This record gives sequence, C-alpha cells and structure tokens, in this order.
Amino acid sequence: MTKKPFEGVKIIQLCWAGVGVYTLNYLSHYGATTIRVETATRPDPVRLFAPFAPTNKEGEPVGLERSAFFSITHTAPEYGISLNFKQPEAIEIFKKLVAWADVVGEGFPTGVMDKLGLDYEGLRKVNPEIIMFRTCGYGHTGPMADQPGFGSILTAVTMMDTMVGYTDRPPVPPSTYYTDQLSPMYGSLAIMAALDYKRRTGKGQYIDHAQIEAGLNYMTPLILDYQANDRELALKGNKCDYAAPHGIYKCKGDDRWVAVAVMTDDEWRSFVKVIGSPDWSNDEKYATAAGRVENSDELDRRVEAWTTNYPPEQVQEMLQDAGVGAGLVANARDLDEDPQLKHYNFYRELDHPYMGKLHYYHPDPIKLSAAEADIRRPVLLGEHTDYICTDILGMTREEVDRLRQKGVFD
Amino acid sequence: MLSCYRILDLTDDRAFICGRALSDFGAEVIKIEKPGGDPARFRGPFYKDQADPEKNLTWFAFNSNKKGITLDIETAKGKEIFKKLVKTADAVLESFAPGYLDSLGLGYEDLSKINPGIVLTSMTGFGQEGPYRDYKDPDIVVRALGGLIYTAGYEDRPPLTVSYHHTHYLGAMNGAIGTMIALSHRALTGKGQHVEGITQQALDIVCSAEIEGPYALFGEIPTRHGRARAAVTLIDGSTFYNPLLWECKDGHIALNLLLNPTAAKNNLSMMDFIKQDGIDIGTFEHWAWEEKSWEDMSREQAEELMEILGKFFRNRTKDELLKLATENRFQLGPCNNAGDVLKYPQLLYRGFWKEIEHPELGKSLKYPGGAVMTTQGHVGIRHRAPLIGEHNDEIYQELGMSTGELKTMKEQKVI
Repeated sequence: MTKKPFEGVKIIQLCWAGVGVYTLNYLSHYGATTIRVETATRPDPVRLFAPFAPTNKEGEPVGLERSAFFSITHTAPEYGISLNFKQPEAIEIFKKLVAWADVVGEGFPTGVMDKLGLDYEGLRKVNPEIIMFRTCGYGHTGPMADQPGFGSILTAVTMMDTMVGYTDRPPVPPSTYYTDQLSPMYGSLAIMAALDYKRRTGKGQYIDHAQIEAGLNYMTPLILDYQANDRELALKGNKCDYAAPHGIYKCKGDDRWVAVAVMTDDEWRSFVKVIGSPDWSNDEKYATAAGRVENSDELDRRVEAWTTNYPPEQVQEMLQDAGVGAGLVANARDLDEDPQLKHYNFYRELDHPYMGKLHYYHPDPIKLSAAEADIRRPVLLGEHTDYICTDILGMTREEVDRLRQKGVFD
Repeated sequence: MLSCYRILDLTDDRAFICGRALSDFGAEVIKIEKPGGDPARFRGPFYKDQADPEKNLTWFAFNSNKKGITLDIETAKGKEIFKKLVKTADAVLESFAPGYLDSLGLGYEDLSKINPGIVLTSMTGFGQEGPYRDYKDPDIVVRALGGLIYTAGYEDRPPLTVSYHHTHYLGAMNGAIGTMIALSHRALTGKGQHVEGITQQALDIVCSAEIEGPYALFGEIPTRHGRARAAVTLIDGSTFYNPLLWECKDGHIALNLLLNPTAAKNNLSMMDFIKQDGIDIGTFEHWAWEEKSWEDMSREQAEELMEILGKFFRNRTKDELLKLATENRFQLGPCNNAGDVLKYPQLLYRGFWKEIEHPELGKSLKYPGGAVMTTQGHVGIRHRAPLIGEHNDEIYQELGMSTGELKTMKEQKVI
C-alpha cells in the first residue's frame, strides 16, 4: 500500500465557518487524521446556513445536519467529537487530544480560546511540539483582534469589492465571501511548511493567520501602482486596456452569455474568419489592438450581433477550435454538466444519512500523479465521540458514560 | 522554514505568485526568464509609468524574494543547462500550454529520469487533460467557465468579470499547495510526482457553496442581483435580496446584516445611532429585535429597513463607520482601495507594510507583509524582485561554468 502524503499527521479541527475548514481540507483530503471538535450547545453557524435539504418526515426539525453550505465545504474525511467546553472535563479531554496531535487549527476571534486557557502557551504546556494555527479576520493582535471576521466584510476591506463594475455604477462584489476562499491557500501553505519544518527539526510553532493580510497578498500590483503612479484601479466593465474584442456577449437562449477575448492580432485574424469575414472587419481601424481597443464600443456591438445567433456552447467551440479564447458564462447547471470538470471527476455524488444522494461534493483544484484526494460526506456532529474517547484516548466505557450523563459531550 | 528547498520557476505572469508564496516561507526560488526579459515585464503597470522592463510593477509584486537567471530552454545548450539545474532542485514550476515542456523533451518523465525526486507543478486554466486541454485560457474566459461571472453584475446588463486580472492566481496558489503536498509525499516515498493546479476548479470552489447547493437540492439557478447578493426568506416565503455593499458619504461599505435574536443587541444599538443622526426609524421603533428574524418580516418592512440603513450610511464617512463598527461590533467594514489599506489602523498597528529598497529607483516601496506571522521566523517579503539575469553569475558558477563559457553563452543568446 503506497503511503498518502500526510499519513501519520494528526490534526485537531476547531474551525467555524469557512476559512479554517478550507485550509485544513487540503491536509485531510491527502491523508492526515483529523478530529473535528464541535458542540451542539453552540453550533458552527454554517450548520444553520440555508438552503437545507428537505426532511422526509412532516414536522421534523431541520437540525444541524442538512445545510448544503456546510456539507459542500466539509468534504474531507474527519472524525467528529462533541465537547461542551462549559464542562471542565471537556477541556481535560481536549487537552488529551492536544497531546495526541501535531496540529491544532482554530478559527475563533481572539479571546475565545484564550479565556479557556487554550491559547498557544496553554497548548504548549500540554504538547511542546504542537503547531497551533489560528485564523481570524484581522489577526490576533491589535485593536481589531477580537472582531468577528465575516468573509463578506473582509472582501471589502481587502480591496476586492472595488474590482468588478462599470464606470457609471457602483462596483459589485466578485462573489459573496471571496476572501474566505482566497486567504486559506496561504494558511494551508503555512501549516504544510510548519509540518515540514517540524519533521526536520522537531519544533512546533504558532501561526497567526489574519484573513485581511492573506487577502492583501493577492493585491500587491494595485498597491504598488498607487504608490508609484498615484493611481487607483479603474473599473472597466468587461473591457481590457490592451485587447479587443474582450467582453461578455449575449447569445441565443434565456440569459445565455459567452466570454470572448481576442488577445493578439493573430487571434483577431482567426476570429474574423470564424465570423465569416464580414466587410466591416476589413476596416483599417480594426487591424491593430490599439485600434480595436479605441473602437471597442462599436466592435462589441458587431461581435454581439454575431454571437446572438448561437448558443454560448457553440460560440465557445467555434472560436476555441480556431485558437481564440471563448467560454460560456457558466451557471450552476453548466458547471454540473461541464465536460472538462467531468473529465477530472470534479463534482461527485455521495450519500448522506440526512441529505440523501447529492452530486456536488468535490476535491481541491489540485491533481497529483501519485496521490488521490479522499472525498467524503461531512462528518456528523459528534459522530465518533465514543470511538475517539475509547480507542484514541484509551478511556473506559464507564467513564465515557459517566461524562455523557454530565453533559460533557453535549 | 523551507530554506532547504530549491525551486526552479518557469512560470509566466499568471503563476508568478506560486513561487513567490513558496519563497515567502523561505524556499530558494530561481526565476528563469528568456534572455532579454520575460514578456510580462513589457506590459504595465510600470513605476512612474515608464515603460521599462526593469520597472514593471507586476514583476516587482510577484517575483520579490526570488533569484533571477536568463536561459533559453528551447536551445540545445539551454536544455542541457536546465537539466543540470534540475539535478540540484526539488521542484519545477511551469504554466506553459499543456504539452509544451514534453515537446522540448523536458516533461515530467524526462525530468524524473534526471532527478527521481523532482516535483513538476503545472498550472493552467483548465488542466493538462480533457476536452478543454488546448483551450485558450485568458482571464475572462476561465472566469466565465469557472462560474464566477454569471452571478456578478446587474440584472439589466451583461454579467461582469474583474477589472483586475488576477483570476489565474487562484490556480497558481493551489499549485503552491500541491507542490508542498508532493514534497511531503516525497519525504515518505522518496519519489517526486507531477502536480497540477487548475484555475477553473479553483473558481468552482469559490462559488460552489453559493450556487451548487441550491441547484443540487432544488434545481434553482442563482443569478445576479447587483449589490444585493445576500438572499433571505421573508414572512410570505418569498426571497429578498439585501445589499452586501452600501453607499456612504465618501465611498462604500460592506454590511453583513444578521437579523435574528442572536444579533438583537447589535441591531438595537445600531438603531440608537441611527436615531441620534435624526433619522426616523419608522415601524422599527416597535420591532421585537429579541424575538424576530427576516422570516417574520413583510416585504414592505424589509424595504423600509433598507431605506433607513441607506440614509444612515449616506450620512457617515467610511472612517466614522469603521470606528462605530469596531467599538460596537457592528458587522460592517469599509470598501477599501489602495490608499485606504495603506493607512488602515489595524494593519499599521501590526506593522504589516514592509518598506523594500529599490536601489535602482533610488526609492523604497511598501509591500504587503507576510500572509501569516509565526514563531519560527519571518514569513513574507525579504527583498525586491531580480533584475534581468541578476543571478546568472552566482547560479551558473555554482554549476561549474567558467566566465569564458558564460561569455560564449551570452553571445549565443542562450542566457
């Protein structure tokens, strides 16, 4: 049996919402043994995010296991333990898990873990080699350390709500929680680098991941442009400064669109051939990129007069066959049916005890030639509490029962 | 942390950020560009708008920390030198069209024969295989097929892409992670492997929770609603889209409007501030915040609330609203631009911005600091990006080449 990349790595996952989960998924998909710690007394808000899979029985409460949002973001194999930290015995069990683990990942605002004595210093007393990964919106020091960090707000704070829009209207968000998916990549790299370092030196560490800071690392050219040229990013609609046609064009069908980007003069000549070399295309003003950019409003109308005759899939195929960039503006169904994603077995159907069979679970956007991502339905809250207590921590069944009576596993 | 690794970077501007991120954690990353300079150096923005390949700001941004050498890997001599370098390296990063390196005899199979431990990381829009393998993948096209354009924009206009072309960075950052996964695997198996970072799939992960959930459960296809991206259900069961972004006195802010009993305290206190500004809160004077949620609200009330909030925000500046938010834990934040982030108080407190010397410009520039802070050394930027061929002597001499040989190669335009 070939080993998995993170075989032997043990992780405690205490992450609410998106960032910490996306971060640790990369490790859990590739062989780490991960235990997710939760409590029903104060559930992860994402477990309460609509839409919910309908229940089978009338009047049955929705509960904590039916959120599509939760299930699609928790696709990694994990063990689940329920621990109510209001009970001192729960903290003791958690500390035993810390002693067992290589990595503890948590995603609460500063103060939550600290008040429980479970900050880095607290964990280090239990396990001096521990890697503690802490993610929050603004970092764990400074005047905003204890502020909750919602992705929709961090997207604004990291300049990412200033980059989609038309000149005559206010900008719109690129997606609702953009930094929630962009900042984890740096978090994951940090943990992998820390594990690599630990393997070679035996040393653990504390990682302070501020989503605002990770997010801004994607924006460096704009920040330099501002300093060097006193210039903020100008909204351009769907246009490009140095290429035309470049835009989103209407196609045949209801709300169907195609992206077309002619990036070079060669591509322009191929494009003209595909659209049947109409007379207007011979106009000198379209011969160069600069000319096409200058006359892009007029050009866009002409391109759209052509695209509107075809469904977007057909425009994509005709242009890509001729070596010109084009792609349909995919909606939820298009993604589900996309032949390229199918080739990579991206969206997969899995069964879930409460949600039934759903075709939307997916791996990371990575393919390795010698390792497979292990994709699973999300762990249920406290699904493996007994197993973890008895088999991993060596507690007796009597002790587990006694603690359950006290509400330690609520 | 990763200073034991040497990484050869053949990427173009779509994936510069991959090697940059690995170098932030200490890896030695050698950027290999064509003699005369990487094509991306010639497309702006430039320092002081001077169209000079040594003043390219995108180059500065994502090649800092790297060493830079020139090498034409299409020539026989260039290939030979590249193979020598591969022997000394742990990973090679590339973002060419699929099949290009194979055509040069420098594909994964070729490289692993020279160095079985080598990791080759390929970053593209759609992947090395499949029906889109040979597709052109400019930013807007990948973004469209990745599902991020359809839901962005206004109902009465075409959907919108980004004016800042950064989409491929998402695939490239996944390439960096894939490289680390492969290096971790190598520690157990002794063997390298071929890694792919795929932008289309990285985009799907950004939008899947928002759009694939409703589709898989109910066949619903979420579409675009301008700035009103947050969907809630009202008392009559209909969906109401409330704005994520709002106009304020000097720009825009983002608001995460939680409307349920757990947020009652915050919402009540926000209502007090609104009243202090002399704004009539109408029927919300008698709203039972401790008990009610969106699901208890009529459409008329929801619209009234939007009007009240709109008036309040237009009456206040970004700075005022940030201060109110921090002091009262309101879930809002300013839509910052570059000028704003450079003076954002939290970032100044944490010493986030790093002044990096550019001796050739006679100036230093502020760069974002590390994406994380750790107790095992500095993560993030250390020095400016390399000049064209800046480290040729250092790297080629290490390979045992004489100054004479270097001179000949320069004349033959190999380096």
